[in-house]
Amino acid sequence: MFTELNGILNASPESFTPGEFILLSDRQSDASFLIHHFLSFYLKARCKVCFVALVQSFSHYNAVSQRLGVSLTQAKEKGQLTFLEGLKESLSVLIPQEENAENQAMSFLRDPAAGLRSLYEFVQSSVVESNGGGGAEEQWGPPVLLVDDVSVLLSLGVRVGAVLDFSHYCRATVCSQLQGNVVMLVRCDGEAEEDDEGSQQLMRGLTHQSCLTLHVQGLPTGYCRDIHGQVELCWKKRQSDGQHTPKKVFQFKVHDKGVSFFARGTSSAVL
Amino acid sequence: MNLRHYVTTNMAAPMSSVDKTPAECLQLNSTSFQKKTRSKFISIPGTRPSVQNGQLLVSSGVTSLDYLLGGGLAVGTVLLIEEDRYDSFSRMIFKYFLAEGVVCRHELFVAAAQDDPDDILQELPAPILDDVAIHRPGDQPRMSCEPQDTLDAMKIAWRYQNLPKVQSALASSSRFGHYYDVSKIMEPEIRQAAKWHRFYHPEHPPPSSGTHSPKLESYSALLKSLQEVIQREGFDLNAPLPKSRNILRVGLHSLGSALWGDDLCCHDNPKNVHALTSFLYGLRALLRSSLSVAVVTVPSHLIQDRALMGSITRLCDNAIALESFKGSERETNPLYKDYHGLLHVRQVPRLNCLASQLPDHKDLAFKLKRKQFTIERLHLPPDLSETVSRVGKGEPAAAACASATSSAKHLDF
Repeated sequence: MFTELNGILNASPESFTPGEFILLSDRQSDASFLIHHFLSFYLKARCKVCFVALVQSFSHYNAVSQRLGVSLTQAKEKGQLTFLEGLKESLSVLIPQEENAENQAMSFLRDPAAGLRSLYEFVQSSVVESNGGGGAEEQWGPPVLLVDDVSVLLSLGVRVGAVLDFSHYCRATVCSQLQGNVVMLVRCDGEAEEDDEGSQQLMRGLTHQSCLTLHVQGLPTGYCRDIHGQVELCWKKRQSDGQHTPKKVFQFKVHDKGVSFFARGTSSAVL
Repeated sequence: MNLRHYVTTNMAAPMSSVDKTPAECLQLNSTSFQKKTRSKFISIPGTRPSVQNGQLLVSSGVTSLDYLLGGGLAVGTVLLIEEDRYDSFSRMIFKYFLAEGVVCRHELFVAAAQDDPDDILQELPAPILDDVAIHRPGDQPRMSCEPQDTLDAMKIAWRYQNLPKVQSALASSSRFGHYYDVSKIMEPEIRQAAKWHRFYHPEHPPPSSGTHSPKLESYSALLKSLQEVIQREGFDLNAPLPKSRNILRVGLHSLGSALWGDDLCCHDNPKNVHALTSFLYGLRALLRSSLSVAVVTVPSHLIQDRALMGSITRLCDNAIALESFKGSERETNPLYKDYHGLLHVRQVPRLNCLASQLPDHKDLAFKLKRKQFTIERLHLPPDLSETVSRVGKGEPAAAACASATSSAKHLDF
């Protein structure tokens, strides 16, 4: 996790707001570093994490998390992390074999028009079982769901309505019922006017459902090697201490072992 | 002729090359720092670990492109090439990629719908083989007898002989790629020594299937064929690997074009919008779990939907776009007279680390010379003419130099 981002969000592994739906979005940029932050943050906070990783392999997340101080293999062994590796599971669905030993979660690939019910059922089963666990297991904190990323579902043929239904069901289960958190990444490409109907609708729908959005985009003045982009944070509801700061903008630079955030114009390359 | 050195990951192994003089052997270990990684792989010829994150890299066949992409193509990733208008330069890079595989003795998988893969393989450029160990029985060591050599041999400043020459072309100082002569065809003996697999779309008639799915039969058949090759030839990382490991180079030509049965390039609202993206997802899944690397070319200039192109790009790891000047007004523009086209880097992957190796400059142009495909930073020459304003030259390199916002107009002083 990135300590500067914790300061900005006013959160720490010991105390964070429960029941939040955090939306990470990007436009012509890559916000996946934020997923790594939240993954290591919630694992350090001893939450039970369900990670739906649709675009990268397990070893990629493991390698990055190790640099951030968390071991995903250990977390999986201890039962703290449920990892759905979408790429691996999808092969058995995309290339039908004679012996059908497929994971039901990715079966939406066979018929995307039918919706994401099977994926939701997978999430529900992995998140709910924590509360009904036996005494022998360690007691983990509230459940957390991370999804990386939601826009690839649109590329695979799932309708926007189905994706919004899925996120709504997840929010209802995880945030409202179980007082956990949900973090989803959605990616856009191109200018806001050029977006096709689907991704614009998805963006708006998810923004409406979320209570905190972090939007990553490139610098408006162009490409720069030392400043990789800017992050716009937007809180929907009032924070617990009564302060109401709706929007904040920071610039960032991604390093090997972390990301540094700074106020606009205060990059070390400039000062 | 410059000396190229065939570098393997196992630096301690002596070079077994018949055509090296002892003096050349001494200067093999170049001064560039290579991170010592306890690599779990037995050294595979033609690969090296990346200095940034230890990723296993192969050369794309074009040395400048390797430098641009952070040292080479990472094993397990896809390079997307957006074709130029007449598919001339993208096809060249495609052939360089396959030729590099032949020279490094990797296995090839070539899939095409337009040309027979046999024909593509017969057109591969000839490598400039002054130091590559190709086993040819009873072969004389090649002596380069070009007169240029005597110019390169320094008599007085001989200490500087070993240092790399300063060049504006993008190239790294430790080379593991090869150079090719595009005026010659690769000799059949070298080509036939390579093991390769083919997929020619007209040979695979679509089976009559009753299931309604967003996937096209052509892409499904291609994915299935690729998986079979990976599993049969021992590239699958899940299965126990054979003793001698190799890399599979996958070349997929012109995906998305109408010849594959896809209507992405024909209609504004194609019926099979998600066929290519589902295929690319499956391709990514296959590559991540095997010792292979893929190059896919897509005729993006025919796809009207930019958002669709964006999702195609996101499903690949590396993405570059070629824009050639042929046939456009820029061909006669004196600013571009040294180059054949512009090259845009659309995407660079973040693999196993937070940061990605972004290129230094965004305004790049390429030129295909006989022995080299160079990618250089686009320089604006000084304006030495009498008139100050550059009227009537359209949008010169100012448009190429601008990045996301193109609101900058050239300033006339």
